[in-house]
Amino acid sequence: MSNAPASPQAGGGRASMKKELPERFKSYRHVWVFVELERGHVHSVSWELMGEGRKLADKLGVELAAVVMGGVDAGVREAAQESFAYGADVAYVVENPVLADYRNETYSKALTDLVNTHKPEILLLGATTLGRDLAGSVATTLLTGLTADCTELDVDADKSLAATRPTFGGSLLCTIYTLNFRPQMATVRPRVMQMPRRQDGRDGRIVPFDVDLREDDIITKLLRFVPDRDSNKSNLAYADIVVSGGMGLQSAENYQLVRQLASVLGAEYGCSRPLVQKGWVPAERQIGQTGKTIRPKLYIAAGISGAIQHRVGVDGADMIVAINTDRNAPIFDFAHLGIVTDAVRFLPALTEAFRKRLSPHSKDRLAG
Amino acid sequence: MHIVVCIKQVPDSAQIRVHPVTNTIMRQGVPTIINPYDLFSLEEAMRWRDKLGGEVTVLTMGPPSAADSLRKALTYGADRAVLLTDRFFAGSDTLATSYALSAALAKIGEAFGAPDIVFTGKQTIDGDTAQVGPGIAKRLDLKQLTYVSRIVDVDLTSRSIVAERRAEGGVQVLMTQLPALVTMLEGTNEIRRGSLDDALRAARADVVVWSAADAGISDLQKCGLRGSPTVVKRVFAPPPRSEKAELVETHGRAPAESADALIDIIFARAPGVEADLAKSVSGF
Ligand SMILES: Cc1cc2nc3c(=O)[nH]c(=O)nc-3n(C[C@H](O)[C@H](O)[C@H](O)COP(=O)(O)OP(=O)(O)OC[C@H]3O[C@@H](n4cnc5c(N)ncnc54)[C@H](O)[C@@H]3O)c2cc1C
Ligand SMILES: Nc1ncnc2c1ncn2[C@@H]1O[C@H](COP(=O)(O)O)[C@@H](O)[C@H]1O
Repeated sequence: MSNAPASPQAGGGRASMKKELPERFKSYRHVWVFVELERGHVHSVSWELMGEGRKLADKLGVELAAVVMGGVDAGVREAAQESFAYGADVAYVVENPVLADYRNETYSKALTDLVNTHKPEILLLGATTLGRDLAGSVATTLLTGLTADCTELDVDADKSLAATRPTFGGSLLCTIYTLNFRPQMATVRPRVMQMPRRQDGRDGRIVPFDVDLREDDIITKLLRFVPDRDSNKSNLAYADIVVSGGMGLQSAENYQLVRQLASVLGAEYGCSRPLVQKGWVPAERQIGQTGKTIRPKLYIAAGISGAIQHRVGVDGADMIVAINTDRNAPIFDFAHLGIVTDAVRFLPALTEAFRKRLSPHSKDRLAG
Repeated sequence: MHIVVCIKQVPDSAQIRVHPVTNTIMRQGVPTIINPYDLFSLEEAMRWRDKLGGEVTVLTMGPPSAADSLRKALTYGADRAVLLTDRFFAGSDTLATSYALSAALAKIGEAFGAPDIVFTGKQTIDGDTAQVGPGIAKRLDLKQLTYVSRIVDVDLTSRSIVAERRAEGGVQVLMTQLPALVTMLEGTNEIRRGSLDDALRAARADVVVWSAADAGISDLQKCGLRGSPTVVKRVFAPPPRSEKAELVETHGRAPAESADALIDIIFARAPGVEADLAKSVSGF
């Protein structure tokens, strides 16, 4: 039921409930972007949102602010400075030792306090594990609306935020408004918005903000952090190139062909769900509705039919290349390029052709 | 131990059709399933019940027909099922949904014992917001553990829980206090088949059915359409991709030749890819 439109008629009914914005919300102004800083590293989705926030702020004729929080000397100031290069006019910085690692308790308190003090009209967050964890808590505490996983943001003629998102597994899009509450909150997945151009030398105001948080009062403790590079986890969601295989490969051994191509391309590899169910490929490699959403520049799908549950995970790819023996397979309806052929025979040829193209002078080394 | 798992009945998206003219979902005849993400939470809940003793209650808010999903959960091995259903809930967004479910959870606590852990799915496949869980946690003041890949330990004596949580760039090992709200990551386990006993029990079991009033909800302004700050203004089908895939000729060509032709087109249409590849290779 949540956010799932029953019908456009119902939508019209709700829209007509629109009243004037309650007095207490009239002072809410400006567009904010929550800058996700983890372990000294700013998630690229934050800058993508900054680009989008800039457009909204310009349309509304208001300022764009970055919200940066973290531990002391954890790169908060640097990230704030960088936010100006990506378009922010102001950066609210919250530095406190308890914010060194993300925890829902501490971050939602800090962000809620900041919103209640400085009152933004729009608040954008990345739809990452951190952003989704945080946004849901903050929106509930503030009792305001939140539109998750938007693919398009705009301001309407009456200056409200029009947030468009897919629903029902991507088979429909809907445009959602938060009419009588502030801030209007939205999250956007990584790679959905374009990375804005960096303008070095662009400057802004830093506004420090204190939160009343002490480690002793916080119940949730971080015992350990295991970075991904130490645990050999896939980085599918952020990979630029993904090669993936489906049931058309026919056997677990043939899946190696996908891995070999991926290895030559320096790409990540993935699969459709049946391969996980058969135990051929670990679950973290599954792409689609119940797996990962990816937004690579290039997606090569070998022996995948292109069921809707798979499609929704790859629709954001810039270029989809399908290899399938069935020229009527649904994947050819949304792939950009296709080849009707046996993937088991074709993949080794493709791997070899790429290998040659990429290092024409170093065949020996690569062959060895 | 008492564990409550929130499950949602959703249309099986494999079978969803959109009416070409009105852009509405054609629901007639579309089979429903338990939101697939919720099954990872349900299985995890049952494993901890099996280990530590206690009961698993499944809760859903939805139309009367959502009882089917609850019954299905009973066949998997859940102990008790509660259906929250009322016309006042129609049109709920995430804020209104978390309000209604929190009220029902509080009532479940009174009626069957306070939950030590509340599970929700990571997200639904129709709403797909991943926000209802955090919303419930906030409203009931439960400690929140989302995107959990493994529950390491639940200690009922010290009332603590340790879990591995997927974060950006790594895994956090977190310890917090019960009662907690947990959402499991997909693929962390597989729902059991359920025994014949469970199936027989499920067939006979009564689903507890509560209206808003039964769940102790007096403020109907917070429910359904009225309690939803977000408003769906427009629903439309995504613009279809204008053309089908450009097909690379294979006729009379050896695989190597077709492969070369394919790479040519990839590089011509996505020059960025070629540049990236050249860079990554020279970086060896
Ligand atoms: C609730 C739910 C959630 C789901 N979530 C996901 C998900 O997250 N991700 C996902 O992928 N699926 C998901 N599915 C499953 C999905 O509906 C499809 O069943 C699945 O994607 C099909 O996988 P496939 O294309 O590999 O296999 P198939 O549908 O069996 O297709 C195999 C394809 O390979 C082609 N082929 C055969 N031989 C060759 C050959 N030699 N060379 C080249 N091509 C060949 C065939 O023409 C065919 O198109 C979900 C289903 C449900 C109900
Ligand atoms: N109507 C509902 N009844 C029971 N649980 C729900 C309902 N809606 C959402 N949930 C739970 O909240 C989770 C997240 O949902 P969502 O925020 O819609 O992605 C789901 O996986 C369910 O566990």
